[in-house]
Amino acid sequence: MSDKQIDEFSGVSTTGHEWDGIKELDNPMPRWWLIVYYATIVWAAVYVIAYPAWPLVRTATTGLLGYSSRGDVKTELDAAKAAKADYIAAIGAKSVKEILADEKLRIFAAAAGAAAFKVNCVQCHGSGAQGSPGYPNLNDDDWLWGGSAEQIQQTIAHGIRYAEDPNTRVSEMPAFADILQPKQITQVASFVASLSNKAENASDGDIAAGKDVFAQNCASCHGDNGKGNRELGAPNLTDAIWLYGSTPAAIAAQVRAPKHGVMPAWGVRLGDTTVKELTVYVHSLGGGE
Amino acid sequence: MRYGLGIILAGALCYLTLMGAAFAVDEPFRQHMWIAVFVLAIFTIILMRKTNFEPQAPVDESAYMDEPIRYGVIATVFWGVVGFLVGVFIAVQLAFPHLNFEPWLNFGRVRPLHTSAVIFAFGGNALIASSFYVVQRTCRARLFGGDLVWFVFWGYQFFIIMAGTGYLLGITQSREYAEPEWYVDMWLTIVWVAYLVVFMGTLLRRREPHIYVANWFYLSFIITIAMLHVINNLAMPASIVGSKSYSAFSGVQDAVTQWWYGHNAVAFFLTVPFLAMMYYFVPKQVDRPIYSYRLSIVHFWSIIFLYIWAGPHHLHYTAVPDWAQTLGMVFSIMLWMPSWGGMINGLMTLSGAWDKIRTDPIVRLMVAAMAFYGMATFEGPMLSIKSVNSLSHYTDWTIAHVHAGALGWNGMITFAAVYFLAPKLWGRDRLYSIRMVNWHFWLATLGIVLYASSMWVSGIMQGLMWREYDEQGFLVYSFAETVAAMHPYYVMRVSGGVFYLAGGLLMAWNVYQTIRGRVRKETPMGMVLPTHGTAMKPAQ
Repeated sequence: MSDKQIDEFSGVSTTGHEWDGIKELDNPMPRWWLIVYYATIVWAAVYVIAYPAWPLVRTATTGLLGYSSRGDVKTELDAAKAAKADYIAAIGAKSVKEILADEKLRIFAAAAGAAAFKVNCVQCHGSGAQGSPGYPNLNDDDWLWGGSAEQIQQTIAHGIRYAEDPNTRVSEMPAFADILQPKQITQVASFVASLSNKAENASDGDIAAGKDVFAQNCASCHGDNGKGNRELGAPNLTDAIWLYGSTPAAIAAQVRAPKHGVMPAWGVRLGDTTVKELTVYVHSLGGGE
Repeated sequence: MRYGLGIILAGALCYLTLMGAAFAVDEPFRQHMWIAVFVLAIFTIILMRKTNFEPQAPVDESAYMDEPIRYGVIATVFWGVVGFLVGVFIAVQLAFPHLNFEPWLNFGRVRPLHTSAVIFAFGGNALIASSFYVVQRTCRARLFGGDLVWFVFWGYQFFIIMAGTGYLLGITQSREYAEPEWYVDMWLTIVWVAYLVVFMGTLLRRREPHIYVANWFYLSFIITIAMLHVINNLAMPASIVGSKSYSAFSGVQDAVTQWWYGHNAVAFFLTVPFLAMMYYFVPKQVDRPIYSYRLSIVHFWSIIFLYIWAGPHHLHYTAVPDWAQTLGMVFSIMLWMPSWGGMINGLMTLSGAWDKIRTDPIVRLMVAAMAFYGMATFEGPMLSIKSVNSLSHYTDWTIAHVHAGALGWNGMITFAAVYFLAPKLWGRDRLYSIRMVNWHFWLATLGIVLYASSMWVSGIMQGLMWREYDEQGFLVYSFAETVAAMHPYYVMRVSGGVFYLAGGLLMAWNVYQTIRGRVRKETPMGMVLPTHGTAMKPAQ
């Protein structure tokens, strides 16, 4: 290496190589760099002794600490389970009414129900249980099938129009397109809208005629006064809460060919305890009876 | 006859793909083959129109072969802008999901278009072009292989087009960074082997006694990518005229293979060869010797040895056995200093020339690139630690990490290389505009800062929300609530992407004008303008 030179700026020798004008200095590796590099290697050596690391023919070394990620998860899950065990057992043993009466148990069950709700129910009912068109809002006191703890529990456990569950809640409004004349449907929709003061553009004649149509065709389920019937899941038509829209056009569409929402039966999937927790949570949202 | 072999090859391939379209067993394959027929037919016709039958002028073997590199630089800039644009589009989609246009432009199809466009089209062209430039200069030898070099360039562009159009048609094998199906993989393998032959052949005919460090990095990149690509894509096609194939691996083995590939795509595509670019362009641009030859040897071999084992850190807390997770983690930790060796060597090369940061925005790009490289290669080992990973994994933190590396390191060092190469390749005295480079630098930096910080915040928030328990021991947030909480950060990310894209467009304009030989009238960087009209007028 006869062409080694001293770099003027740093006073360090070059290695004597040159490519396209690029030279290299013969600086040593930075000491701190080497020390940290060695430290990570030492740390790695210690770590692979302490933790599972070396693959053998069929198994692998388990490490001096005996750690395994599955074991770690199990420990944490067991601890979490143990911390809740008393409450869970009590919820299993008691009825929803009894749970609601027990302050501590009610708070626990509502928290558990909220967690279960976020996993299983928000997809339809929304993060805040506020619902959306076709999916009921659970925060209000307008219940299709009843808002008492038992009624809510029944709805959650067996669902609505859920064919696989024999105890599911069933109601089916007929498609009145086959029964009524189009004119009559317009009239009855105007009348129903007028019950909650939503029929601004409907003529008084239509509303009056619609009243007769309602009495003959609808009152058997929705009641003479349109207040609905929870036994049949028939909605109250006099309030401001509408599942499929409150305009005369939306109401007429629902009269012509009603949409029938389906809610799965959660009892089998989640188990009795979780259903009770969900019941307490939904009951506590504001509209529980 | 000029282009004779090219015409025959492209024509034959055009015929083959036409047969593929004729006998296709599935509709996406038929459409994909028609695209190939169309592209190859146009290519063949262009070659035939440009051909002539006069005897060819003898090739001057003593001159460097720079024409493919010129094409490569243009391709780099073009695909860069395309890749950034697609990135902005999917960022907007994430913020506003209504912009998913079925079926071709939904997020699932456009996202691999973005990753492949920036990694393989933008990054790949930059690497191929720069490696051809660097290997000739540092070996004092013309590229080996003659027209094989052109095959590498055009073959690679054909791969990009087939990969990208395949994604939009819904053809994918769902392997991260290796989405193209078997026939496109096979094509890339052929192109890649040709690339290796060109590079290796040039090294072998070098007229320098030693191989320069940049070439070690380039060579390890070409060889390792070949190995990774072939093994990860081992698959059995369901039909030789169909788009579907079945991987040779399944279950945990498949996951480990995919991340062995995926992680080393980051290592040997986005780290190692970009270090090669750094090792050539930084000392050239600042005109200083490389800081430490010894450091370059040690950190090179350390990276080569350690990086390849780190893949399992992508699979912490999964069905991958604990021992593999442990090894993935400790190799990642040991990788910290070897990675930083490159940054140190690059930054310390500036000692004696730091003042150039003030006057040369290309040096600014380089220094920022090395700083982002250092940040990303610290963050990487940190994220591989299992307890950190349990928070960061599956969150936007990973996205922030990747983009700090990709936009900061890969992007900026590539921009610097493009600005270095453009005037030299087209024989211009200087770039069209140095001040525009400065604008590009600031736009890109601002874009990265907005992008990375919004995704850091979003990711850490997301991870914390997922694991938030109330005092009763129950999870607090639903998944939808975590998604809703991220919305503002997604909008911020879009703004970062727009800045970065704007910088890319500025570069395209600057390079275009440089190629045309224009020079913008502007005050040189770092010069203080003489002040006018500040003197007070005498009182009347």
